[in-house]
Amino acid sequence: MLKHTPLIEVHRALNAKLVDFGGWEMPLHYGSQIDEHHQVRRDAGMFDVSHMLVIDVEGESARAYLRTLLANDVDRLQAPGRALYSCMLREDGGVIDDLIVYRCAGQSYRLVVNAGTADKDLQWMQAQRDQMASPPRIIPRHDLAMIAVQGPQARQKFWLASPALRAASEPLGVFHAVAAADAFVARTGYTGEDGFEVMLPAALARPMWQALRDAGVAPAGLGARDTLRLEAGMNLYGQDMDESVTPLEAGLAWTVDLGAGRDFIGRAALESRAPVRRLCGLLLLERGVLRAHQRVHTSHGPGEITSGSFSPTLSRSIALARVPSAVTVGDDVAVDVRDRQLRARVVKYPFVRNGRALVEVAPD
Amino acid sequence: MSIPADLKYTDTHEWVRIEKDGSLTIGITHHAQDLLGDLVYVENPKLGRTVRKGEECGVVESVKAASDIYAPVSGEVVGVNEALDEAPQQINESAYQAWMFRLKPSQPGEIEALLDAAAYQKLVEAEAH
Repeated sequence: MLKHTPLIEVHRALNAKLVDFGGWEMPLHYGSQIDEHHQVRRDAGMFDVSHMLVIDVEGESARAYLRTLLANDVDRLQAPGRALYSCMLREDGGVIDDLIVYRCAGQSYRLVVNAGTADKDLQWMQAQRDQMASPPRIIPRHDLAMIAVQGPQARQKFWLASPALRAASEPLGVFHAVAAADAFVARTGYTGEDGFEVMLPAALARPMWQALRDAGVAPAGLGARDTLRLEAGMNLYGQDMDESVTPLEAGLAWTVDLGAGRDFIGRAALESRAPVRRLCGLLLLERGVLRAHQRVHTSHGPGEITSGSFSPTLSRSIALARVPSAVTVGDDVAVDVRDRQLRARVVKYPFVRNGRALVEVAPD
Repeated sequence: MSIPADLKYTDTHEWVRIEKDGSLTIGITHHAQDLLGDLVYVENPKLGRTVRKGEECGVVESVKAASDIYAPVSGEVVGVNEALDEAPQQINESAYQAWMFRLKPSQPGEIEALLDAAAYQKLVEAEAH
């Protein structure tokens, strides 16, 4: 039995192509995934991301708890309203999930975790909490919906749709958030564009969605969300990293805070050996499409594509691949695509940010 | 989208048009493109290649997935639609106009085994359940 967000009837009425995504019946697209992708890069689009789980962590010990639980340091959140991206690791350094943690008022924090891993995450979090003398409260917020409004016009159109939230959300810097009225508005996202992620009570999701549509925000499905995040060089849990991979092997060293005096779960394992693999960006130099799990041949040994697709912005195929650490930007590699080997180049990623291509693509 | 009555079909979602000269024009059905979503890459068989019925002879790729194209009957490839190299989305826009390749059949008897529109309609309906 598939789970449904409060917006399922809206998706059905819009004739969305619905798919099973981590046990949730979610819209893949509403007609054309590529059109939806361009809409977000050029104007504004919105995603129902209510399948992701909001988890509030509250109480005097919340800070100490999260400083042990997460590979990034919540003490970087110097004031309420700041957000931080982090991995949650096993003792052996494998990634249990990646998440965003927001510092809220008082001693509270808010985590947003992936849908497919939510149950596992909660079990892990509760098990770690139970080892504390004065544990924090862990409150899964199944009562909340979440809509991501993304694109260069996203904020303006959000304020048109929801003028009451303008005063609170207009001053927000990137990776900042605010609780206002019934909503929690964060200037975060998963597309490489500006915009907001809005958490609100389930009953308010439909009116908010409708108001956004009336303001000219186009619905976009998980298909466009995937190509947007890939262009933006953002990892997808379960694809670019999982429990068999450390953040250092997944391009996420920048999210691991190895500052002195903090013993987070997985730290010892990360420090015990240097990673031999790294994540890199690939640009396909020929016609074709790179896909996850295709084998990559480099001069330093084999690797594997973790995410690959067609980039609508670049009109080329791009990928993230796990390769030997010695592979460097500018290297040419070969990728097994069915019965052929195609040439690809190792490039820096993100590939696209704020509507602009960051890698050079030679014309045909 | 209705299934054109004047075409033949395969259970792997190719459509086949029998031309006056006996050659066959082949594409993928509206249903197939709908399952795949936005197409971004088409690989056709090489001109002059000889294929056997059921043999993989091309690929269509959408943003989402790759799907093999199978020869509906045995024969020689006598034409390919190169326009699809630059504009694979033509298949999404009109699947029954955007043909992929032409075959000169070597076993004309195999044409009899292709599905008619009613049989293909049934196949599509069965897949939906």
